[in-house]
Formats: sequence, C-alpha cells, structure tokens
Amino acid sequence: MNQSLSDVSPVLPRRTSRWRVYRGADQYERLLGWFLSLPATGLMLLFLIGPIAAVLLLSFTDWQLGMSAFEWIGLDNYAELFSDPTFWQSLKNTMIYVAIVVPGSVFLGLGAAMLIEAGKQGKSFYRAVYFLPVMATLIAMSIVWQVILHPDFGLLNLILKELGIAGPNWLQDSDLVLYVLCGIGIWQQVGFNLVLFISGLMSIPSHLYEAAEMDGASSAWDRFRLVTWPLLGPITLFVVVITSSKAFQVFDTVQVLTKGGPNKASEVLLYTIYTEAFEYFRTSYAAAITVVFLFFVLLLTLLKTRFLERKVHYS
Amino acid sequence: MNRQPSLLFRLFRHLVLMSGAMVMLMPFIWMLLTSVKPPDEIFSSELTLWPQHWYFIENYSEALTRIPLMKFLLNGIVVTATIFLCQVSIAVPVAYALAKMRFKGKKTLFAAVLFCLLIPPQAVSIPWYLLMYQFGWLDSYMALIAPFSISVFGIFLMRQFFMTIPNDLIYAARIDGFSELAIIWKVMLPTAMPALVSFGIFSIVAHWNDYFWPLIVLNSPDYYTPPLGLVNFRNDDTGNDYGPLMAAATIVITPLVGAFLLAQKRFIEGITLSGMK
Repeated sequence: MNQSLSDVSPVLPRRTSRWRVYRGADQYERLLGWFLSLPATGLMLLFLIGPIAAVLLLSFTDWQLGMSAFEWIGLDNYAELFSDPTFWQSLKNTMIYVAIVVPGSVFLGLGAAMLIEAGKQGKSFYRAVYFLPVMATLIAMSIVWQVILHPDFGLLNLILKELGIAGPNWLQDSDLVLYVLCGIGIWQQVGFNLVLFISGLMSIPSHLYEAAEMDGASSAWDRFRLVTWPLLGPITLFVVVITSSKAFQVFDTVQVLTKGGPNKASEVLLYTIYTEAFEYFRTSYAAAITVVFLFFVLLLTLLKTRFLERKVHYS
Repeated sequence: MNRQPSLLFRLFRHLVLMSGAMVMLMPFIWMLLTSVKPPDEIFSSELTLWPQHWYFIENYSEALTRIPLMKFLLNGIVVTATIFLCQVSIAVPVAYALAKMRFKGKKTLFAAVLFCLLIPPQAVSIPWYLLMYQFGWLDSYMALIAPFSISVFGIFLMRQFFMTIPNDLIYAARIDGFSELAIIWKVMLPTAMPALVSFGIFSIVAHWNDYFWPLIVLNSPDYYTPPLGLVNFRNDDTGNDYGPLMAAATIVITPLVGAFLLAQKRFIEGITLSGMK
C-alpha cells in the first residue's frame, strides 16, 4: 500500500542517470514529495491551522481591531458571554432552527424520495425541480421570499386574502419570524436530502423486497418497516448530521431578511458573530462566540465522520 | 417493487409530488412573473398572476443600467474561476504526492488535511480578516480569492481518486520519458477528469453563491460579486422597485440554474459531494 513508485517498478528507474543525481531514487522521491506538498502546506498553515489557533488564543485576550497591545484576560470573555442575554437568545434561536429544519427537511426529503422511486414517470423531472432551490443563489431567493412575504402586496397574503384570512406581517412579527426562516430553510434543504435518499434507496437490492413479501410482508408499510427503513438507517443518520451542521450555520437568510430582528427574535449564532466582529469590532469577544460555534460544528462533524466510516465499512 | 402499482397509487404519487413541486417552484415562478410586471400591477392589493401589461424590457434594462449588474456578474466569473484554478493547481500536486509517493512527514500532512476538513470557513473569518488587513488586501479581488486558494476538500478528493489509478500507468509514462510534473498534469489529471468536474461544480457553486466572506471584506461596489450587488440594489432607495429587483435576481441565478438544467446529473453529484466534507 505504501509502496514507493521506484521500488515496485520492474523496469525503472533506480539505475537511470537522472535519479542518481539525487543519490538514489528514495532521496529524489522525498525531495519531490516535499516540493509538491510545499505550496499546500504553507497555505494550510496560513489560512486554516494558524487561524484556528489564533481564534482560540484571541478569545482569551481583550484585543480589539486597531489596538496595538492586548492583555490576557483568561476566561473573562466567556464569563461575559454566558451572562449576555443576547448570546443565550442567539443560541436558543439557533437550536430551535436546527430542531425544526432538520426533521422537516429529512422527513420531507425521505418521503419525496420514496414517492419518486415508487413509480416510473417523471423521475428526473421531480428530482430536478426539488433540487432547484439547492442550486439557486440563496441570497437572490431570499429577496424573492421577501417579495412573496410582503404584508400588503406579497403573494402569500394575497392568497390568504382570497380565502378571507388577514395575513400577518411575516418578517416583522417576533412570534413568527423564526418559523418563517425555518420554512425557507426547509424549502432550500429538501432537495439535497432527497438526492442522498434516492441514492440510498437505489442501493437496496430489490430481491430483499421479494424475500420480505414471500415471508408475508404484504403491505407497503411492512415492506418499509422491515426492509427500507433498516437499510436506510446509516444514510439517514448521515443526512441528519449533514443537515444539522448546515442548519447550524444559517446566516444568509437572516442577514438579508431580518438582521436578527425584530427584538432579536431571529438572532442566530453566526449572525451574532458577524455583528460583534465586523460591525462593533469587538474582536476577542466575537472570537469567544466563534469558539462556542466551532464546538457545536466540530461535534456534529465528528459524529458525521464516525457514520461515514461505518458506511464505508459496510459497503 | 417490480409489480405495476395500482392506478390509484399512481395518481396519488403524482398528486403529492406535483403539489410539492409547486411549492418548490413557486418562488421561481413568482420571481419571473414579477420581473415582467409594471409597478401598478406589482403593488396592487388584488391577486393577479399573469401580467396584464408586459414590462419585460423596462424592468430588465432598468436592472442592467441602474446598477452595474454586468460588472458584478463579471466579478463573479473572475473570482470563482480564479479560485478554482488556484485550488486545482495547489491541490493536485499535493494530492499526487499523498497518493503515490513516499516521503517523510506524509502521514502528518494527511492528518493535517483531515483536521482542516473539519474547519468551517466562517469560524476562521476573524483571523482571515486580520490577515487581509495586514497584507493590505481588504476590499480587493485578492481578499475574495486568497483565503480560498487552498481547498483541503479538493486535496482529499483528488487524493482518493489518485489512489485508484494503477501505478502501471505511471511507470508506462516514465518509460515514455515523462517527467514527474508532466505525469501529474498530462497523465493523472486527465484520468481524474470525473473527480475534477465534480470538484469544479462544487467549488464554483459554493463561491458564486457565497455571501458571508464578500460581505465582510468588501466596501466598494467595484469588486461586488452578484449576491452582494443584489443585496445592495435591494438596500438602495430604489430597492422597493420590485420589478427591476426581480429582474436582477433572475439574471443572477440564471447562469448556474441554466447550467444545472443542462447537466443535471453532474451538478447533483458535484453538490452532494459537499456532504462528504
């Protein structure tokens, strides 16, 4: 597996003159390996590993953009964070968002995937239509949603008016706004989950259904319960984790539609980080929120890696 | 599932899927309809679906002239294309080294790649901003491109693909007198075309649609990418002019949506790759 190119080659190249310049092929290969890795290694240190360390260190200082000196203040930023009602509101809203968008988009995605695969006509049409929101620039579509949700001239309230219902001001009502954003989030995510579920469904061998039927699983529900669901288990876990980590990073719709308002009713973690870091320039405080954000995202990603390993293992 | 489903079920299937499809398409349809309506029909408290008077030319020319939308689209193309070219030219050599060569520190390097895969870009935006400030790159193309020049995801993906290419191909190329660099670019890369295409779609869609980072580093409209330009148009005094606004939104989503409709399978593969990240 770790065989070197040169020592498995039947013909080449240890003895050719070019390799001897570097005192043997191993030496040449090592130098070449380093040479090829150099740009990527440098950029990785500069833009990823260094910055992660910097965020962590910054969160223990009082530094703000423009200051020439800083002091280590230990956990003070975190203490301030945990006594800040905005942070708790933001964390709570993010959790509610995740708790609605994840089940919503996973169950709708699974249901639509099963219906699409249950027939022959229109498979690729439906798949393309449901996938369209995943593709389209979310910022552009957020602005479209704003037009649709306009209290007086928006499509939604005009339809409600036809039905004799007075529609609310969707984005200005602090009891509603978070759920409206959840709805947009689900609309955008369903197609992504659907596609993953379709690939999962297609990998289920059809003879399993025949076998289940011979064993007396006659109803569609029995077949789902005995074959589809157990075999989709791993991919479902996988989809849940991906969707959670995406939902956790909700930002675009919030920044464009509500700016976290009204009354912080739609304030979410990434938006809080953005305002603290780049509007108020409270750099070290924003770094502390970033560490909390990172903690949740890493937790989810580590879960995903475990599931991914398991999936690979079984296949 | 080999049996022909009953007529009732087939009707039910289409009924449910069509209702879902209507919800999915509704914003797109409303965007298109609004983009060809005159203001008095848009700001009417009566529900009218189809435009009574077509305002196509007025709205679209308004969208193209009131803001430099073409310039924003060009910025978007330049930025996404440059990012992808940088990512490929930096990721492919290291992916080859990780897949096919033996050198000291290889395991550490690969572990670092796996670790970096876990980092969401928003989490490092503060240090990135400080770096851009230090380099004097704030509010420039460099700020939009530089931090994304390294794609650990690209390295990982290409490495996985290179692992599956048999070594014999490399020996054959050596016998034919190819240098190692020529092997990478003329033998490995063409063989890895499917992976490269998926990665390209993934990268281009992600950066064309990106809003968080351009929002942070840009001030002057000269460098605006399409999403930023669109939001700024909305925020202007004239932003309540929904007709031109929807026309602009249509223009912004058209390149990717058009490409998607032409090559659905490739796009779906490329974008669902992000799940593996």
